[in-house]
Amino acid sequence: MNRWTADFWRQVLPHDTQTFIVPVNMYRYQDLISPDTSISSGNDTGIPTSPSVYGRVRSWLLQGQCSAPPELYHGLSIHKKVENVRMLDRYNARKPSIGTLYLTATHLIFVDPDGKKETWILHMHIASVEKLPLTTTGSPLQIRCKTFLSVTFVIPKERDCHEVFVTLQQLAQPVHIEDLYCFHYTSSTEDIPKPAGWNFFDLQSEYQRMRVPSDQWSLTLLNKDYELCDTYPRYLYVPSSASTTVLLGSSRFRSKGRLPVLSYLHRNKAAICRCSQPLSGFSARCLEDEQMLNCVLRTNPDNSFMYVVDTRPRINAMANRATGKGYENENFYENIKFHFLGIENIHVMRSSLAKLIETCELKSPSMSNFLGGLESSGWLRHIKSILETSWFIAQAVDEKETSVVVHCSDGWDRTTQVCSLGSLFLDPYYRTIQGFQALIEKDWLAFGHKFSERCGHVAGDPKEVSPVFTQFIDCIWQLTQQFPATFQFNERFLLTLHDHVQSCQFGTFIGNCEKDRIDLRLNERTFSLWGYMANHMNEYINPLYSTLATPDILMPNIAPQNIKFWRGMYCRFESGVHPREPLGDLLLATCDHSSSLEDHIRLLTKRINFLKQQLADCKDNKRNFPAVPIDGTIDNIKGMMLDNKYLYEKCREDGITPGNLVQLKISHASNNGLPGDSTKLSSNAADVLSVDQLAAELGSVALDWKTLRNIRECVCSTPFDHFSRKYHCWKCGEVFCTRCIDKHTPLPGHLSQRAVPVCRPCFREIRHSGSIESP
Amino acid sequence: MQGGSLIIKCKDFRIIQLDISNPDKFLKVATTVENLSSLDEPTKLYPFFYRPMFPILEDGWTAFRPETEYSQLVTSQADEWRISYINKDFSVCATYPSAVVVPKSVDDDTIIAAANFREGGRFPVLSYRHDTGSVLMRSSQPMTGPSSKRCKEDERLINSVLGPGKRGYIIDTRTQTLAQTAKSRGGGFEVEMYYPQWRRINKPIDRHQGLLDSLAKLVEACNDTTASTDKWLSRLESSNWMSHIKDTLNCACLVAQCLDQEGASVLVHGSEGLDATLLVTSLAQVILNPDCRTVRGLEALVEREWLQAGYPFPIRHRKSCYSTGRTKAHAPTFLLFLDCVGQIHQQFPCSFEFRTSFLIMLFEHSYCSQFGTFLGTCEAERAGMKLAEQTVSLWSYLNRPDILQSFLNPMYDPNNRVIWPSVAPMSLSLWSELFLRWVVDQTPQQKAWETITSLREKDKELRLKATRLRRQLADLEKEAVEAGILVPASAGAPPTSEAVADA
Repeated sequence: MNRWTADFWRQVLPHDTQTFIVPVNMYRYQDLISPDTSISSGNDTGIPTSPSVYGRVRSWLLQGQCSAPPELYHGLSIHKKVENVRMLDRYNARKPSIGTLYLTATHLIFVDPDGKKETWILHMHIASVEKLPLTTTGSPLQIRCKTFLSVTFVIPKERDCHEVFVTLQQLAQPVHIEDLYCFHYTSSTEDIPKPAGWNFFDLQSEYQRMRVPSDQWSLTLLNKDYELCDTYPRYLYVPSSASTTVLLGSSRFRSKGRLPVLSYLHRNKAAICRCSQPLSGFSARCLEDEQMLNCVLRTNPDNSFMYVVDTRPRINAMANRATGKGYENENFYENIKFHFLGIENIHVMRSSLAKLIETCELKSPSMSNFLGGLESSGWLRHIKSILETSWFIAQAVDEKETSVVVHCSDGWDRTTQVCSLGSLFLDPYYRTIQGFQALIEKDWLAFGHKFSERCGHVAGDPKEVSPVFTQFIDCIWQLTQQFPATFQFNERFLLTLHDHVQSCQFGTFIGNCEKDRIDLRLNERTFSLWGYMANHMNEYINPLYSTLATPDILMPNIAPQNIKFWRGMYCRFESGVHPREPLGDLLLATCDHSSSLEDHIRLLTKRINFLKQQLADCKDNKRNFPAVPIDGTIDNIKGMMLDNKYLYEKCREDGITPGNLVQLKISHASNNGLPGDSTKLSSNAADVLSVDQLAAELGSVALDWKTLRNIRECVCSTPFDHFSRKYHCWKCGEVFCTRCIDKHTPLPGHLSQRAVPVCRPCFREIRHSGSIESP
Repeated sequence: MQGGSLIIKCKDFRIIQLDISNPDKFLKVATTVENLSSLDEPTKLYPFFYRPMFPILEDGWTAFRPETEYSQLVTSQADEWRISYINKDFSVCATYPSAVVVPKSVDDDTIIAAANFREGGRFPVLSYRHDTGSVLMRSSQPMTGPSSKRCKEDERLINSVLGPGKRGYIIDTRTQTLAQTAKSRGGGFEVEMYYPQWRRINKPIDRHQGLLDSLAKLVEACNDTTASTDKWLSRLESSNWMSHIKDTLNCACLVAQCLDQEGASVLVHGSEGLDATLLVTSLAQVILNPDCRTVRGLEALVEREWLQAGYPFPIRHRKSCYSTGRTKAHAPTFLLFLDCVGQIHQQFPCSFEFRTSFLIMLFEHSYCSQFGTFLGTCEAERAGMKLAEQTVSLWSYLNRPDILQSFLNPMYDPNNRVIWPSVAPMSLSLWSELFLRWVVDQTPQQKAWETITSLREKDKELRLKATRLRRQLADLEKEAVEAGILVPASAGAPPTSEAVADA
């Protein structure tokens, strides 16, 4: 660790501080999924390495009841430490890094002191741990993560390797849901209260946005105690014409009681409804269910028929009939058009992803190996079929003004994917950050996509694990590639979301349905991912996004040529394969820079006008001088004022620009920054202006920001990699890592006095000089 | 009798269908298009009839003469290199330009002897001198024949670029087998015994017909948007186009690595020294030389390494992927070069002054153009056709500020370093901007670039404005202090705003 940083921590952190985010990291998201650590002076007083038992490790760490202070690494208590471990990197097999492996309660950390390289692996992210055959240098341990990181550690002693292996297996997948990371995670660095994010979305207001309840659709409280269907939300929207008998009957005739309910209502009154498969077997029928579908049909009075979409391949649906389930018989249901759309089941998807990862992990593959592997994995084919089905639904709703009832088997995997994507094609709101989160809240969380089972959060049936959400995120990415200006968020947003669904750091995605989350009291006991993301909004903005460029209906081109392999996701940790100059981040920096300059220009204009006025007054008083310069001055002032007006109008026109969003975020942060200072600064201009103040104002805004290129590490010696966002200090224009730029303060050179990101030395300088500026 | 549909398949991969109901006109149009698209007499081609509607500010025909291109080199390294006019009447090598750069220490007789030893007289010439002092040379294969003949002059010529005790690399773009079989036809490769200071490496790159067949398969696959994903991927793979890109970049990176990291000189050749050779030497320069990543630099590179080096554009580009009767003489090597540049561009989107649309424009003009630049197979032929007098150069058109503007990359931030592209399969992707442009709508991507341009321009304007206002404020401040309105700087205070404004 850099001495400068260490000094700094001592200064900034009060003595009783328990937690802060750990710095140095090799991979991008470690800082996001970082542990809570405590600062302590203890270092050499090692603790005896005891055989690992999950509960013991946990309780010992959590209760802090150890007699001797534990050995720490970056403040994390180390459970086990193994020296002389080699980390094998496929692209650098000749020169493996040698270093120390630390095992803590939350992370596995590998430190290579020479390469300044640290690899942090959150236990919750570990998908599999495998002991490979012994080699001459030791026993290799291969770890595959749900974030698609794959590393092999060669541990000199077999005994150590086995111990790490056994411990990791236990830590990666706790047996009890309450052992998940989110129940222990405390976020002190994030400046966000625990409830933040839990209250951002509620289902009823999302339906209100769709103008529901309405004449056709009403809220039913039949499920308020989850008695009708325990995997559905408590508030359900159903056709107003459907009686309680119909609802109950339909629910009984559907697998897991998941009756047809409203998912999305388009403005033309065509709706997307979702349910599970009917329990039709070979010939069973249910009048209430038939009536239910008829009620759905009648909510859209302009159309005489509707679609029933079974997202499964026909053969799977047929097979289900043998178990008393199946699909709707067109002869029994009036005016429906029935379609099979052929998305494969979770097991096919799981093995497809496994094959895809195998392809990514090929050792020095040729182009043919890679493309062949990509083809045989079938991954892109599956992505295409999901997009196609979703587009079929969206088209039916928009072009044919026809309602669609969607189901698969249980209606929580494929149905969720296509209902949410279908809505996203139809409604531009879902392509904003807030809207996208609302979409996930509605179609994924409320309607019971089984996150904990599909992600394997806790030990359970491995056959229940499947990359259903990953596919959804992949589909969204495909669309962002086709329509660069249509989504308000960027790739980093998608990756962060994906990783945190797996990380269990936040309570948002814990459990399998709404009822689970209420039973676990997650909103009281854990943090929400939405709160965290709101605090990092400026990292997720797509600078190209414009509401004007966003069409109402997104018409994707689903030609096979347009479905691409997402390198940024599946090869994320192959440091060598990514573009060396990330366009998105450079553009974000440009936007920030422009925003800083605009603000500065407004202040300069104000100061210039003020001085001119003063000089003019002064000259008027003296009357000795001819009026020549005054004319010029007045012209200038007019010019300035015009400029000013232009700028203001421009800002207003822009509406939601990236800058504005940053402002929102920043103003939030400023509440705990420098209260009071801002009012003083902006109001004093009319009183007394000093040269010192002007100098301070000019000195506080960097006209040029350092180029992001070829900067390999932050001043704190954290190495930057492809995915780490590099930040500029708005005052000095230097480049820092996310951790070094954690301060926000208003700059004297900005008129708006909103808090902006600055580095720590600049922060101190501004606070220190605050006294000079306010006379 | 009825009319019919005329399907026109263009060299830029577009397919147009014309439905003509009048049978007479249908036949006339068909024959006319057919005749006009296969003109044999070069002087009947469009460039000879095209008259520019713009004033020529700078004549592209003279903009990139070897004398100017290499002037800096031969003045700064005057004791090592010289421009030789030994080929002024194209007698030593028919496909070389009249002026070539050769080592100073080697006299013209030696060069003539060496030229006799190389196929088509393409003796080793300087292609690029790297900052490290190592040089990149290219030639054709030595005519060793089955008995492994030697030519002391050729050995002296290429040894002269190596410093004492230094070693160099000969990169042969053929497979070892191909190089061996070339012996029976009089060609061959440098025998190790006679070139002890050089290490031979075979880095095979597919050429000629293989390449054109590959392109044909690729374009065919791209045009079929209704195929299944599996079919598309398998056709993409079996076209081998992406493999060719990987091989080419790999070879170019190897050359660049030898020059930059090992400081060793490199001689590149295949058999004729026309296709793969030029591909590799030009790409290596894009990797190594920041100048080649500018608009003018790339134009100069195309002039030096393709046009003046005698790449027979009219022959190679006579047939494209849709044509029947493709032979060995037809090859999309230049397109492969542009695609490779595009791949590097994708990995370093801020290091190039131009946008990838510039590469597409070059691709189009190299196959068919109103400008004379890509006519003639070599300088001798171009001189014979009097192209410089009778036609307009593409560069004359491009280098006009208003045209140039539309190709500029708004994200350009000059990068003086060597840029090492990744050649991992997942790093290379199909150039959809080119290959899919007729089948997939590219407007969202183009609009995105427009937005990027306006964001960057706005930022530049704001910076200028802020500087101007700071200066104005500094002036007013001085005035105000003199007038006593402003409290002067307190002692020990931070620097005044004037100093800051200047900074």
